[in-house]
This record gives sequence, C-alpha cells and structure tokens, in this order.
Amino acid sequence: MNKIEFMLNGEKIEVWANAHKTLLELLREDLGIKSPKCGCDLGDCGACTVFLDGKSVRSCLILVPEVNGCDVVTLEGIMRPNLTKLQQFFLDHNSFQCGFCAPGMVLSATELLQKNPTPTLEEIKEGLSGNLCRCTGYTPIINAVADAVATTVATTINE
Amino acid sequence: MEFSFIGKSHLRVDGKEKITGSAKFVDDLDFGANLLYAEIVESPHAHALIVDIDISTALASPGVIKVITGKDFPYRFGLYMQDRYIFACERVRFVGEQVAAVIARDPVSAKRAAKLVRVKYQPLPAILNVEDALAAETTLLHPELENYQHVPWFFPAAGTNIAHLRKIRKHDAIDAIDAIDDTDAMFADADLVLEDRYTVPRYAHCAIECHGAIGLYDHAKRLTIWSASQSPHTQRNLFAQALAPLGLTHKDVRVIAPCVGGGFGGKAGVSMEILAAALATTVPGRPVKILWSRAQEFYNTYQRPGVVATIKMGVKRDGTITALEQNLYWDSGAYVEYGSNVVNAAGLSATGPYRIEKVKINSYAIYTNLPPGGPYRGFGYSEFIFGLESHINEVAKRLQIDPILLRKRNAIREGDQLAYGAKMNTNGLIEAIEKVEQEMDKMDKMDKIRPHSHPHSLSQSSNRCYGKGFALFWKAPAMPPNASSSAIIKFNEDASINILVSAVELGQGFFTVMAQIAAEVLQISMDKIRVETPDTDRNPYEWQTVASHITWSTGNAVFKAATDIRDQIFTLISREFQKDVKDVSDLYLFEESVRSHSNPHFKVAYQDFVISGISMPDGTFRGGPLLGRGSFMPEFSTAISDPETGQGGKPNVHYTVGASAAMIEIDKESGKITIPKVVLAIDCGKAINPQLVQGQVYGGMLQGLATVLYENMHFDESGRQLNANFTDYKIPTTLDIPEEIVAIIVESAQKDGPFGARGMGEHTMIPAAPIIANAVEDALGIRIRSMPITAEKIVAALKHNLNRDLGPEPYEPYEPYPRTEPRPLSEEALAAPIISGQ
Ligand code: FES
Ligand code: FES
Repeated sequence: MNKIEFMLNGEKIEVWANAHKTLLELLREDLGIKSPKCGCDLGDCGACTVFLDGKSVRSCLILVPEVNGCDVVTLEGIMRPNLTKLQQFFLDHNSFQCGFCAPGMVLSATELLQKNPTPTLEEIKEGLSGNLCRCTGYTPIINAVADAVATTVATTINE
Repeated sequence: MEFSFIGKSHLRVDGKEKITGSAKFVDDLDFGANLLYAEIVESPHAHALIVDIDISTALASPGVIKVITGKDFPYRFGLYMQDRYIFACERVRFVGEQVAAVIARDPVSAKRAAKLVRVKYQPLPAILNVEDALAAETTLLHPELENYQHVPWFFPAAGTNIAHLRKIRKHDAIDAIDAIDDTDAMFADADLVLEDRYTVPRYAHCAIECHGAIGLYDHAKRLTIWSASQSPHTQRNLFAQALAPLGLTHKDVRVIAPCVGGGFGGKAGVSMEILAAALATTVPGRPVKILWSRAQEFYNTYQRPGVVATIKMGVKRDGTITALEQNLYWDSGAYVEYGSNVVNAAGLSATGPYRIEKVKINSYAIYTNLPPGGPYRGFGYSEFIFGLESHINEVAKRLQIDPILLRKRNAIREGDQLAYGAKMNTNGLIEAIEKVEQEMDKMDKMDKIRPHSHPHSLSQSSNRCYGKGFALFWKAPAMPPNASSSAIIKFNEDASINILVSAVELGQGFFTVMAQIAAEVLQISMDKIRVETPDTDRNPYEWQTVASHITWSTGNAVFKAATDIRDQIFTLISREFQKDVKDVSDLYLFEESVRSHSNPHFKVAYQDFVISGISMPDGTFRGGPLLGRGSFMPEFSTAISDPETGQGGKPNVHYTVGASAAMIEIDKESGKITIPKVVLAIDCGKAINPQLVQGQVYGGMLQGLATVLYENMHFDESGRQLNANFTDYKIPTTLDIPEEIVAIIVESAQKDGPFGARGMGEHTMIPAAPIIANAVEDALGIRIRSMPITAEKIVAALKHNLNRDLGPEPYEPYEPYPRTEPRPLSEEALAAPIISGQ
C-alpha cells in the first residue's frame, strides 16, 4: 500500500492504495467518483477520460502512484455546480443516446475548445477521435461542438 | 390534427442525467463492504468433453469464498429453445465458455484463484463453419437435440447440427405449392434466371458499456439481480424457471435494470447475467458482482451470426420478379436458444420488400463451435439484405433496366401477399424511394463539382472515382405472438406524473417518446414527467426492449394508461360538477386542467384534485389518488403455420420499410472508400420525435457502414477469436463518418400504433451494406460478394480485374454452388418492349 496525496476536483485527497491500482479504479471504487467509465480498460475507448494536471488522460492507463502530487479533475469537477456552456450545447442538440461515453466525450471536447477555441470541423473530429461512441454516429456530438464554436465566435464578434 | 407534443423534437428527458455523468449504470451502483466478486474459468477448447474439474487448490487460495461448477447447477435454460446450461456441464462448445466460477472477497483474488481451477478435457473435433457442420460424417454438437424444449414453431433436426429450419414455400396459385419444391418448374416462366452466393461474417455489438450483473440472495430467499439488461422481465422469467429446483418462484425473483450503456441486441435475453443469479444463491446474504471484460464482451455474449446465402431469382423481360429461391445457412454458434429466432425471422422475410409470386426459402440455424449467435440490431435482415439487394442490381444490369425502376416495379404494396401468406401493412415504400431518388439527383450535381467523378471511371487516369448505390430495406419485429407491454401512470400532488414501464432506455430515446405520448393525452408539460427505469417488483410487465417494437407496443400501453386516467378524470369531474358542465363528452384537457366546451369559464386544475381529491363545500373530499393502467398485446398475431410451407400464420405484426442510397469515393490506389453522402428514408408511421428518429439514422447508418467497410471477427483454426479488443476490431470514430447523412422521414400511419407510430431503431443499419456494395459496383464494375468490402479486397479486385468475389472466403458454401451465368433472354423476351416509367 502506498500513501497518495493529490487534488481531486479542488479537494485535497489522501489515500492508501495498492500501487497496482489504476486511477480509474481508485476514483470509482475507493472515492465514489463514478463519471469516468470503464469501457475497455486498455486505453482504447476514452470512456475513462479525466484531466491530469490540466491534460486529458485515460485513467485506466494511469497507475495510482503516478498521480501523487497531481491535480485530477473529473466531469464532476468541471460543473460548479451548473452545466458548462458546452454541456448546454450538448443538451440542446440531444447529442447523446445511452450516455455511457458522455463524461469522456464532454471532457475531450472541453479540452479541445480550451486549446483551440475556434476549431474547424476537421479539427473537431480530430479532437474527439479518441472517444468511442457506438450509439450516436457522432454527428449530433460534432454538431453541438460546432454550434458552440459558431455561437461563441458570433457573440465575441458582437460584443 | 394539431398536436401539442407529438411530432415535436423535444429534448431528451434523460439528457441532463447523461450530460452530467449522473446517470447510474450497473457498475456505478454501490453495494458496500460485503460485496463479493466472481471470476469465471473459461474453456480453452472450442469443443471438448469435461473429464474432471479439480477445485481444491483454487478453494484454498486466499480470499476465496466458493468455487462453483456445472455440477452445482445442472439446469438448462433458454429463450426459445433450452439448449444451454448455466455452466458447461459435460461438454464445452466454444472457446471462452464458462466452466466454473470463483467467488472471492476482491476481484484480484477471484482472478488469481480462477487460474488455479484444474479442468481436464478430452478434445473433440471443432466444427468452425457451416459446411463442416452439415457434412455427412460430422461431429454433433448437441447429441441430445431432440430432447430440448423449444417453442412450437421451431423445427430442430435430430441427429444433425441443424437446430432449426424455417421453410417458406409460396405460390400465388395456392394449389401449386407442391410444384415449388421442383425448383426448375418454379423458374420455368422466367425470361432471365440469375443465381449467386453471398457471405456475411460475424460481428460484435460493441456497446461501450460491457455486460455486468450483481446478484443478492437474502436469507429470506429473495433473489435480486441488478443487470445491464434490455430484458428485465424476460430475465426474471428465465432465472425463475432455471432456478425453480431451488424453490424459487417468480415473486421471489426481482430484476432491476438501471441505465444501460447501449445494447444493440447484445443485452437482450439472458447471457452472462444468469451467472450472477446462480452464484448469488450460493452465498446467501452477500451480493456477488460479475463484470465482463472487453474481451469477454466480444467472445462470451451473443455475436451477430454469420451467413452464407445462395440466391436464385427469376425475372420477366420487363423486370417483374417471378420467382425467388434463397438458402440461408446461418453460423449460429454453440447455443441457439435466442439465435434460432434470428434464423426464423430472416426466413420469413427473406423476400425483402417485394411482391413475388413464387418463393422458396430455407433458413437453417446451424450449430458451430463458435460463440452463440444471437440478436443484433437488424435481427438477420442486414445479413440477407446484403445479398438480395446486391443481386437485384446484378439482375437489373443484365436486363438493362434501371435498378431503381426494377425495384419500384416489384415493390410491395399494402394488401400484397407476404411470403407466408398474410397481407402487407400500409407503407410508404414508393414515397421513400422517390425521396431518396431526389437526393440522389443532388448527388449528381455534387459529381459535377468534382472533376473526375463519372461512374464506371475505371478507364480514367485519375486515382479517384465515384459511385452511387441504392437499396431498399424492411424489417418486422420478431417476437412471440403474445409479446406484450404494460404501463402504469401515477399522479403526484403537483400534477407531475411518473410513468412506470419496464422497457429499457438504451439510448434510443424511449423515455422521451413515452413522456411525449403521455403529455399529449394528458396535456401535461414535458418537464413534469418522469419515466422510471425498470424494477420487476414495482414496474408492470414488458416482454423485452428488442425488435424495435417499444415505441409501438409500450407506446400503446402508455397511451392506454394515459387514456385510462383521462377517462377517470372526466367521470369524476362530470359527476362532481354537474351544475357547471353537461357530461363527460363536454370535457377536455388543456394546460394541466379540465375544461368544458360549453362553459368557457370552467377550469379545474389537476393539482387541485389528482391526489387530494376535490374539496367539497361541506368539508369532504371526492376522488382519490389517480392511477392509470394500460396493457397491450397484438391479439391478431400467431406463429403457428404449416411447417413445410410456412403458410397460415401471422407471425409478424407489421413491417417498417424504407430506401437508402450512398455516394462513395474510391481511391483506386489504396482501395480506401470515403463517403461524401448517405441518404436514408424510413416510414416510421409517425415520428413522435423527429430529432430522435434522425439520431437513429445517424447512429444505425454508421454502425452498418462499419460492418460493410471494415468490422469483421477473426478466429484461428482452434476457434479462438483473434481480435477481441478495440485495437484489432476497429469500430468507427469521428474520423470515419460520412461527410453528410440525410435522414428523411416518411409517415404512413400504422393504424394500431400510438398516434400512428411504428418502430425504426434497428432498420437504419440494414441497408448500409448493399448501398456500399452497389456503389462500389457502380464505380468500378466490380461486384464484391462477401462482407466486409475492405480496401484490400478492392485493390486486389482492381489488380486482377476480377468480376467476382475474392478469396479467401470466410465461409464455403454448404452445397458448392456454381456461380452460374444467367440464362439468356428468350427470343420473345427480347422482342418484348421494355416498359419504362412506372
Ligand atoms: S476504459 Fe480507459 S480507454 Fe477504455
Ligand atoms: S451515447 Fe452510447 S456510447 Fe455514446
């Protein structure tokens, strides 16, 4: 067992955990944070996406000791406590079906717009290509992000 | 009629839950420190006898509570045919099959101990394709086939590997049915006869949430299962039946299905969940969790069965299809308790949406030592439509008729006789075809924007060429004739309502659609409606969330429940307000209140009486909590028919039809296909929520495109799946979507559907394979007859300029089927004018 200290959604966490544990397991099983999902446990699907020191990672590929001293943010942590603007666009576009991929997808899209607030359609697709969704065919997800980009750009211009 | 809620693209009622990560899936539920974990011991053999199982070392391993084998549960189960045990008993039939399970305090201990269970096997020859399964001296997978219980409309052939044969023999002159078995006679009056063979491999559902279940058997002998399931009531039924020897009855078994992370048929019926049920009974008082890994999700749940289809079609010079013969050899896998019905459904409907005078269909469910074939979005239709719709283009080409015109000429219409004798329902097939044609005309304009865009551009110097492909599709719900739904609606103090149903919100938008139906009848705003996830203790019966029947069937139940409440409201109000209103017929509902046609000032708000009752001047109250109930069963349906001809029953409640087309671009050097545009028009009767219909088109079409372009299961010669992960079994990402998808809604009302609606969820993936196959043929003149149509196949075909399929084939045909040249057109036929236009 290792003692791990890190920030989780702005709160200081101290836990004893087995070094073989993944961040995904730690979050879900020990800390009750259920928005990151396990879709493959192999780094293929992106359902387990969280932010680690501001960058999106697949929490199923991160071992617990690696997060010592780091800042971890999950979907729970980006809502304070209301929906983010981007989430609102997803909602208004009926973007998700089963919703299992949604937490990972929302985080990836959030990161995409943080890095590049005015992505082209191709850049949106590229930015979300690490998150698998089997239900939606991606179109309503991409449309929501594109709409968010267009609206934000429009409001910025108007302001 | 003007609706307030129906036909409107309301936001999903479960949208917020999903967008915030609040939705609870089965693995998100907490069970406390007492929770145990189970891990299974898997068969390394595709086919073997179990000689001995030694559990002693595993049992002594730290953290282990129990080790369970087939001996502990020698009970068969199955949905349509009881051909499976909970754990393999005596014999294993596919690689990965559960032979034993370890229950331990934590997942790591369970995994470690599972490796310590020693199983001694005596290997048997593994049957890995339908040809071997049907060979004369073959090994039988199920020597006890004749003793298996099954529904009366299945016909297993004892002493063979044929678990079911669905036969259809139809001749419009009824007394000529016997002549149908004489295939030559059947095609005698055709001007052109063309036969061919098409193959489709196995596919995986790949819902992003894997299967999982938690069982708890308490000391009072109550068994509760939380499961990621499309079928809570069917699971309860099968658990109670299988575990009846333990003294369990239906009332003792409770299945709770929280949010489900996608199903596509994979979570229908009963698969690994029965392990949670059985294992829980061995550790009373302690919950046991079993979760499938992504690999197990591939090889130990239902897979979409593969098929080898031989097809022979006879046509007149003018394009009229006179006769169709199809043999469908399904690689149904080790157990067909559910998968046999895929075979049955495909056999009934393998004519496609065409009116054909003479039909002969044999659809075989064939046991093989591969994972169980079962339900998958499309339920057998995607598979035969690939061959049928490819073949129709080949026929059209030889007749020199436009393939769309040929389809229009033969398109089934309301009242036409189906292959099994019943009549076709109202449908907008022709309208769908025409709408797709209009979109295809626009594709031609797109063509012009691109410099090297002419079809048949083999001779072009450019590496890029374009092609268009078109196909029709149809599908009926495949269900037992008494598959039914029910609903309860209860009011709350503030006039909000809860709808209790047991269908499952898999993402398709079912909750939202049910809320819209209730909102319309009761005139309650959408934000005051909750639809509850299933709990078989609390929510009323639902057969299963499959077959695209939920909008129709559960929708009817909710409609009835809402109407029931409305009628109670009218009765109560007309009785208590006799002075103000005339009678029941004078009342109507509007904006959460009761109004009167004759008295415009009359208004009683729901919240003033739905729970509290109507307050009377003398201080008493009238009425009481309002509760509506509705049940629906298609009372006209029957699956009983003549086993030799399939005639006489009404096994399908109705068909949903449509048309689809794609424009593709092929890079001739790499063989890579990109898709500038796809169109799909579907007649869903009434789109209760057009945006959700559109969502099904986007999702289903991409799922279908992946099956035709790259998805494919690979097994080695010992029957082990080689690509049981997302790296090697690639599913589409955002980079793989068509540039444009046009979803067109056609509405010809289903008379017995809620507001005229019928299902459409599965259908959107069905035409994907043939529209691509036909577009490839259009672009390159190459007909590829086996799925998937990969870049490699295209490159190889171009290289060899072969107008035929490319080896190695995933399957060989049962009876080696020569790809015959078409019978040439007769003298008279050539003389007959081709009628153009319709
Ligand atoms: S669970 Fe981590 S990428 Fe799939
Ligand atoms: S909405 Fe189901 S996986 Fe994305």
